[in-house]
Amino acid sequence: MKHMGSFITWLFPSDPIALTVLPGVIILSAVSAMVGCFTLLRKRALAGDAIAHAVLPGICIAFLLTSEKSAIWFMGGAIGTGWLSLWTIELITTHTRLKADTATALVLSTFFGLGIVLLTLIQHSGMGAQSGLDRFLFGRAAAMTGGDVEFIIWVGALITITITLLFNRFSLLSFDPAFAQSIGLPLRALSFVLSLLTVTVVAIGIQAVGVVLMAALLVTPAAAARVWTNRLPVMALVAGAIGALAGWLGTGISIGLRGMPTGPWIVIMASLLAGLSFIAAPRNGLFARWLRSRHFRKKVDRENLLKAFYALHTDPHDFVREGQLEGVRQVPEGSLRPALRRLRRRSLAESDGGGRWRLTEEGRALSTRVVRLHRLWELYLNRRLGLPPDHVHHSADAIEHIITPELEKLLSSDLGHPGSDPHDQPIPGPSSSGLTTPPS
Amino acid sequence: MTDAFWIILTGTLIAAGGGLLGTFLLLRRMAMVGDAIAHAVLPGIVIAFLVAGSRESVVIVPAAAATGVLTTLLIEWLHTRLRVQSDASTGIVFTGLFALGVVLISVFADSVDLDQDCVLYGEIAFVPLDMVTLGGRWEMPRSPLVIGLLLVPIVAIVLRGFKGFQVTSFDPAFASAAGIRSGLWHYALMAMVSVMTVAAFEAVGAVLVVAFLVVPAATAVLLSQRLKYILLLSVIIGFAASAGGYALAVSFDVSVAGSMAVASGILFFLTLLVLSVRRRSKKPLLFNSRIG
Repeated sequence: MKHMGSFITWLFPSDPIALTVLPGVIILSAVSAMVGCFTLLRKRALAGDAIAHAVLPGICIAFLLTSEKSAIWFMGGAIGTGWLSLWTIELITTHTRLKADTATALVLSTFFGLGIVLLTLIQHSGMGAQSGLDRFLFGRAAAMTGGDVEFIIWVGALITITITLLFNRFSLLSFDPAFAQSIGLPLRALSFVLSLLTVTVVAIGIQAVGVVLMAALLVTPAAAARVWTNRLPVMALVAGAIGALAGWLGTGISIGLRGMPTGPWIVIMASLLAGLSFIAAPRNGLFARWLRSRHFRKKVDRENLLKAFYALHTDPHDFVREGQLEGVRQVPEGSLRPALRRLRRRSLAESDGGGRWRLTEEGRALSTRVVRLHRLWELYLNRRLGLPPDHVHHSADAIEHIITPELEKLLSSDLGHPGSDPHDQPIPGPSSSGLTTPPS
Repeated sequence: MTDAFWIILTGTLIAAGGGLLGTFLLLRRMAMVGDAIAHAVLPGIVIAFLVAGSRESVVIVPAAAATGVLTTLLIEWLHTRLRVQSDASTGIVFTGLFALGVVLISVFADSVDLDQDCVLYGEIAFVPLDMVTLGGRWEMPRSPLVIGLLLVPIVAIVLRGFKGFQVTSFDPAFASAAGIRSGLWHYALMAMVSVMTVAAFEAVGAVLVVAFLVVPAATAVLLSQRLKYILLLSVIIGFAASAGGYALAVSFDVSVAGSMAVASGILFFLTLLVLSVRRRSKKPLLFNSRIG
């Protein structure tokens, strides 16, 4: 409880440092996440990683040249080498047979190596004590000054405005560059602006999360937002929100637990939010997909059991013993009784109370339909695709559960409303009760 | 002088292992997965540290190998089951795991003898400070000994399984049609990359392991098209980068590991430059290579 209480004070801090820093981190996480959506959709998620590492030598060079810790100089240096890294990746992939992943890893590690060399050069020359450049490695939000935050707000606003104004063009560029070119959009210029935005976001973002983890600020919220929606504007907003929340939680924790690096906490929070999205998102989430597949499995089991009743060739008004049903193929072994009870719950079957069962009117209609679909498909495979009669059963077993009423009509009329299947079994007519769809 | 020898030897051993494994990573277009593993083994190392209470390689190396394989599984799982784009799933997994590792280090700072910065760029210059005595007589630094000992099985596996790695890297479709178990080779490679990473971790740090994995191999790929030559060349280039990097570091008084990465980068871009000049004058190249 004590920890819970302090957790809340971390999130709503009152001390001036936290109050200065929080808006800065939240804004830059949100902006990175929005820019990250485009990087993600253009399949350049890992180029962001390369830029983030490549920014380090730029910052060091800026410091070596000016000997001052000015946000604008750092930014200039960062954008310079960040941009150079993208250009180098492009150069390597277009002029050699090395692939994009190799070029990215190569540029990332050599630029970072150069950054480390320059960083140690600064440290060993005695300027390091007051330079505090090593905060760019893991990010230290607490080290941000009011001026830094103001700078972030201005740059963040500029980036947001640019994205809003060029949103439609950027979406076209991301989804369908060929079409974008055909309607005369300046692809190269747009691509340049988008890269510039990415480099800028990275240059401001590393203050909070550091060079190694900057990629996460671009990729993780964007990938998380991707599962919530299929629409790009919504995705950008959701990504921004996830980024902001991760920035807020992570900074709160790292300032609350003094001396903790900010970057790793923000990234852990972003990863947790992404994990949550992957599980819980409607439609594309793991849970939703699990529900859907369970629903389908149950439907298949149900329809197979109905077929078993049909296959017993008894007077539909007679009750049959469970043992008889068990003898029919495809009836789930061991789970027969719960399956029967599920049928009763849907009022597709009824029992006489003594372990004997029969189908209701509805159940009979549905079982007839499944058998009809099975045999129609067998006939179709045999007649239209020329498959021998002994090769058509398994395919029909699979497809009988997903044929829609529209498809059923087309199949039936295409085959001339046939009376029997390739095994000379009768194909029952469309359900007399008019019930053609399963009541689910 | 002997310090220089041990440091260059350590660098060369890492570069040799990196070159051998990196070539296969490159052919499989998995260079960035190598980068991901190099970062993601960190929490594995820290947890092994905490559980076993020791930094003995016997504990750390299997833990790292397991974490590396787990990382690849996680990346593949995100990609295939959750349909996250493959580059994004790589990015998400390695940053998340690396962040976890750094946080674990700072939470258990008292019991974990690892420095945050060291995790990124190591300190190969400290290699000669940690000496062990062999058989009561021979003294040598621990790092090159451990890396050398780990290199023996790696080289043995690469040589023994040369055909398997070759076929599954160049033509995975043919390999599976021929009944070769691609998965086995794949995870063996991932485990070896993880072991290599953890062996090199203290000396060069996560990011610069990637330099040793990728840059010499990429340079070698520019120079030759035959796998045997590529492997051989990448080891030679790795040695050159280590020695050159050390010289660079000493003369400017900067990070040795960083300089080695920069030296390998310089070698790569020089090669690229020479090759494109040569291509313009259409002269035949070393080992019948071409670019483009």
